[in-house]
Amino acid sequence: MVKDLSIQELEKRFQEKIDKDIKIEPNDWMPDDYRQTLIRQISQHAHSEIVGMLPEGNWITRAPNLRRKAVLLAKVQDEAGHGLYLYSAAETLGADREETIDDLHSGKAKYSSIFNYPTLSWADMGAIGWLVDGAAIMNQVPLCRCSYGPYARAMVRVCKEESFHQRQGFEIMAHLAQGSPEQKAMAQDALNRFWWPALMMFGPNDAESKHTLQSMNWKIKRHTNDELRQQFVDVTIPQAEMIGLTIPDKDLIFNELTGHYEFGEINWDEFWNVVKGNGPCNKDRIDTRKKAKEDGAWVREAALAFADKRQKRKSA
Amino acid sequence: MNKELFEYVIRIADDSLILGQRLSEWCGHGPILEEDIALTNIALDLIGQATNLFEYASQIEGGDRNADQLAFLRFDREYRNLLLVEQPNGDFGDTLMRQFLFDAFRKPFFERLIACTDLQISGIAEKSLKETKYHLKHSSEWVIRLGDGTEESHNRIQNSLDSLWRYTDELFFENQVDAVLLDDFNFPKLSEIKEDWLKNVELVLDEATLAVPDNNWQFKGGREGLHSEHLGKILAEMQFMQRAYPNMEW
Repeated sequence: MVKDLSIQELEKRFQEKIDKDIKIEPNDWMPDDYRQTLIRQISQHAHSEIVGMLPEGNWITRAPNLRRKAVLLAKVQDEAGHGLYLYSAAETLGADREETIDDLHSGKAKYSSIFNYPTLSWADMGAIGWLVDGAAIMNQVPLCRCSYGPYARAMVRVCKEESFHQRQGFEIMAHLAQGSPEQKAMAQDALNRFWWPALMMFGPNDAESKHTLQSMNWKIKRHTNDELRQQFVDVTIPQAEMIGLTIPDKDLIFNELTGHYEFGEINWDEFWNVVKGNGPCNKDRIDTRKKAKEDGAWVREAALAFADKRQKRKSA
Repeated sequence: MNKELFEYVIRIADDSLILGQRLSEWCGHGPILEEDIALTNIALDLIGQATNLFEYASQIEGGDRNADQLAFLRFDREYRNLLLVEQPNGDFGDTLMRQFLFDAFRKPFFERLIACTDLQISGIAEKSLKETKYHLKHSSEWVIRLGDGTEESHNRIQNSLDSLWRYTDELFFENQVDAVLLDDFNFPKLSEIKEDWLKNVELVLDEATLAVPDNNWQFKGGREGLHSEHLGKILAEMQFMQRAYPNMEW
């Protein structure tokens, strides 16, 4: 059936489905560019979850009390889980998990640049939950309506957990902000360091964003980078005020007319440098992931050899 | 306060806490994503057990110190955990062998502990047993898989077994604390658990084609607060926040 249709006709039918909000499923025909765009985006997302375990993992062994230790462990475990089902979603498009991971290690595939910043204090666990997971939610909630079925469904589950993460991060910050002078200073310092990188998480300005238009036509993306960034700023600033922390932006003002906050210029030079690999932790993060894979090679080989032996014994 | 009962609870709590701390070092570094999740999950169970037990120990003590103060603000000589659980993670095989030898003890221990006359301890044992059964299944499967996997994995995990074996006799260590409490509380007799433990361990090692080490020199000390060099470093890291910022809420 499919064979008989011209590419133009297939593309037309595909776009009609998209326009009618009918989900695209793994076995449906799809343009190669759509497939590649999704593989790139979903695996990038999966890598971000996995690399994102490291800056927080850095504080699990130093968490200040039993409850915080348990909550942080659970949170980082959730992220590993997100990574797993995102890799699975990418596999429905024909991407091999191990090859995808090799692309991360070689630097071919990217991940969220925010994880190239170091976690220097306990308050960073609060800032990451509050700001980084908060920004991630802004990006991800619209993805629950993404045109590709498996990705959309994975995002429904991811978003539920992310919103819990965001709340626990904010709760850490609120607690510190109401604590001793040292704790308050720790919280403010974390906000100072993570604020701008969090704004950068939405990607370049719309004028510079090369993938946005096509992705919006395909309903992979529903809002532009700048729209999402603005939404994040508008939601987050009152939260900072509520707990008595100061946003590190001298140009920040509220525009009564538009009902939006206007914020200062993002340091795009820094953004592109971190994307290119020059962030404070890019090398450490990738080296750590590579080492985990190399150190675990004998374990994976053993598991395969064992499964093979059992299979042979069964059939013998 | 019942000093012996306090110490009895602290022993179990410290085993869970220190092993949970060790396992959480793996987070983000596992050989496959599924194992990252599994090890973190076990760590989470152990930290949960420790929390319940420290809360009860705090009650026994009369509330002078809360659960966090017990977990984070004692000195090394006051910790009562086994030397086994403070041993470094090493490679994945070392970690799983340490886990297996411990889980194989914990399961029959909790099974018997449920029958004790202290309702709080019995309740914690019942909940912990459910978790421990899963932990033991997981660690046994990996010991078998690595033992009967490739030549390299076989040699590695045999080495893990050889170096950890000397910490296993301490699993059954009894002192004055047990002598005082055993009959009154119907706590498990550890020497009886040893038979069970050895039988199950040998069964798994046999399937894993691994040999029980013939070196029977055994270390002890943890149960009386005399630890290896490793514990000091674990505590330095774990207690950092509580020591650097005393008397604060987090």
